[in-house]
Amino acid sequence: MTEPILSVRNLTATFGQGASALRAVNEVSFDVMPGEVLGLVGESGSGKSVTLRSLLRLLPVGGHVGGSVSWHGKDIVRMTDAELRAVRGGQISMIFQEPMTALNPVLPVRVQIEENLRAHTQLDRKGRNARAKELMDLVGIPDSARRLDEFPHQFSGGMRQRVMIAIALASDPKLLLADEPTTALDVTIQDQILNLILDLRDELAMSVVLVTHDLGVVAATCDRMAVMYAGRIVEEGDVTQVFAQPRHAYTRGLLGSIPQAGTERSMLLSIDGTPPGLAAIPQGCAFNPRCDFATDICRRTRPHLTGDGHRAACHNSDAVIAAGSPVKKALSHV
Amino acid sequence: MSDTLLSAQDVSKDFAFGRSLLDVVKGAPIKAVHALNGVSLDVKRGETLGIVGESGCGKSTLARCLVRLHDCDGGRVVYDGTDIATLSGADRRAFNTKVQMIFQDPYSSLNPRMTVRQILSEALRVHNMRPKVEIDARIAELLDLVRLPQDAADRLPHAFSGGQRQRIGIARALAVEPEVLVADELVSALDVSVQAQVVNLLLELQDRLSLTVVFVAHDLRLVRHISHRVAVMYLGKVVEVAPTETLFKAPKHPYTQALLAAAPEVDPTRRTRRVAAKGELPSPINLPSGCLFHTRCPHAFDRCVSDVPQLTPRRPGHVAACHLPDPELP
Repeated sequence: MTEPILSVRNLTATFGQGASALRAVNEVSFDVMPGEVLGLVGESGSGKSVTLRSLLRLLPVGGHVGGSVSWHGKDIVRMTDAELRAVRGGQISMIFQEPMTALNPVLPVRVQIEENLRAHTQLDRKGRNARAKELMDLVGIPDSARRLDEFPHQFSGGMRQRVMIAIALASDPKLLLADEPTTALDVTIQDQILNLILDLRDELAMSVVLVTHDLGVVAATCDRMAVMYAGRIVEEGDVTQVFAQPRHAYTRGLLGSIPQAGTERSMLLSIDGTPPGLAAIPQGCAFNPRCDFATDICRRTRPHLTGDGHRAACHNSDAVIAAGSPVKKALSHV
Repeated sequence: MSDTLLSAQDVSKDFAFGRSLLDVVKGAPIKAVHALNGVSLDVKRGETLGIVGESGCGKSTLARCLVRLHDCDGGRVVYDGTDIATLSGADRRAFNTKVQMIFQDPYSSLNPRMTVRQILSEALRVHNMRPKVEIDARIAELLDLVRLPQDAADRLPHAFSGGQRQRIGIARALAVEPEVLVADELVSALDVSVQAQVVNLLLELQDRLSLTVVFVAHDLRLVRHISHRVAVMYLGKVVEVAPTETLFKAPKHPYTQALLAAAPEVDPTRRTRRVAAKGELPSPINLPSGCLFHTRCPHAFDRCVSDVPQLTPRRPGHVAACHLPDPELP
C-alpha cells in the first residue's frame, strides 16, 4: 500500500467573523496518491475552488483555514510563512482558470518564468535562461526562443495556458493544482491542454488535483474523483466506479443532466431548484430539498461519508444504487 | 412538410478596423475581421437547427444576422419568401415579432432596473400584442409557461438565479408569439443541473407552441441532444450540415471529425490520449487561402491550399465542404 503524497483532514475554510461567518468548505478530507489525477467536481459555489486554494492557504483577506493538510510529514495549515513559501509554487504549484488575468500583462513571459526559477532553484542566470527555453519546449510552444520575449497579450488563450503550465513546472513540483484549467478554452484546445497535463504527469511523475465542473473532463482525465456540494464532499471514489454506479443522489443527478448519445430530444434527468447559498444551507443533508430520494431522516440528520474506497454521504444510498447509473443506461441503448 | 422558413443565402459580414490618417495617406488596405464568409443555410419549419463551432467561428454573428441585429454586408437573409433587409416600418416590426432572439448572458440581457412585469409588458405593448386590460393576464400566463412563480412578476432581475433569468429571457421572447426562436448559447452560462432544466423547458415549449428553433452553442453534447439537424461552422463558413445522427456517427469533414474527437466522452472506459486537432484557429483578419481548415487538417494536399471547396451533397440531407469524398477518420 503506497502512502498518500498529500493528505487532507477536516479542511475548513471560513470567511468573516462571528455570527456572519460563512463556511465555504466544511470538514473536507481526502488523500492524493503519488502519480494520480484526482478530480474535484461540483457546481459553482460548491466550494471546489476554495478547497484547492485552501491547500496552499491562498485565501483572500478575511478567509481562515482550519483542519490539517499534511505534506511530507508537515502540516501546511500550521507552517510558518518561510516554510510555506518553499512549498507554495515550489513543491506544489498551481494553475488558474483565466490565463489572461493570472499572467502579468506588462512583463514578458521570460521574466515571469525566471521569477519562479529564481525563487525555487539554484540556477544561475545562464542556467535559468536555458531552463526557461526548455520549459517552453516542454509545454509545446513553438519557436520558444523568440516567444520568450513576447508579452502575454501576444499569445492565444491556449498558448497562455501553456505558459502558465510552464511557470508552474519551473520548480519541478511534485503536485500540480489545476483550477478549471480548460474552462476558458475551446474544445479542440481543451483536448490539447488536458493531454499535455497527462503527458507531463507521466514524464515528471507528478500528482494532479484537477478542479472542474465538466464531468466529461473528469471521465477523460481523472483516476479518482470527489464530488462536492455546498462545501462538503458527498461522494468519492474511482472514476469508473462512480460513473458506473453513483451512490449519492446528487452525483446521479449530475450524470443525468449531461445529454448523451442515444437519448436525443428526450427529457434530461434534471435536478430541480438551485444549489443553496452558503448562508442558508438546509438542515440535515444539504441536498434534501432538491433530492428525489429524500426521506424524513435526510431532513433531520446530516449523513456522513461511509464506505471503503468508494465513499458516499447519503442516507438512501441503496435506493440510488437500485435506480442505476444514467450513464450506463444511455450506453446500453446504443 | 420540410418547407424552408428562414434561410441565409451567401451571407457575409465584416467588421472593419478604424484607419488612421497615415493609413489613408499610405493607401494601406482596409483591415477587417471577416466574421462570416458566405454562409448559406436553410432553417425548416418546425425543426431545431443546431449551429456549432468554436469561439470566433462566427456562429453568434450569424445568429444576429438572422434576426437582423446586424445587416449583412453580402448575400441576404430570407424569411418566408422576403429578403429581411428590404423590410421597413410596420413590416419590419411584424418580422421582429416572428423571429425572436434569446441571449447568452442572463445577467446583462435584462435591464436591472425593470421588474419582470415591466420587461414583459414592454414587449407586449410595443408590438400591440394585447389590449391594456389583458396584459396582466398574459404575463401570468407567460410566467406559468416558463414555470416561474406568479410573485416573480414584481421582482427585479437581481432577485433571480441564472437559470431563472434565462427563463425570464425566454418568456420575453415568447411574449410576442414568435415562430422562430434564435437561442445564442442559451445555457452556457449555467450550471449543469440548471442547464438540464432549461433544455427540458425548451424542448417542451417547442412541442407545445410548434416553434422553429435555431440553437447556437459550442457544447456538442447539448447540440446533439436538442437538434434535428446540425451545421458546423469554422472561421465564418459552414463546413458541414447533416441530420444530427448522421453528423455524429459519420462526419465527412475533417474539422467535424476533429471537433467530435476532442469533446470528452462521458464514459471513463472510452478515453484516448491522442490529440484530436493540432494547432489553433487562424486569424480571422488574414484568412488562409483555399480551404480555411487546411492549416490544421491532417489530410491537406495541394488542392486544399489553392481551391475553395464547396458544400457538396454526400448523402440525402448531408452536405460537406471538403475536396476529399470520404476522408478517413483519423
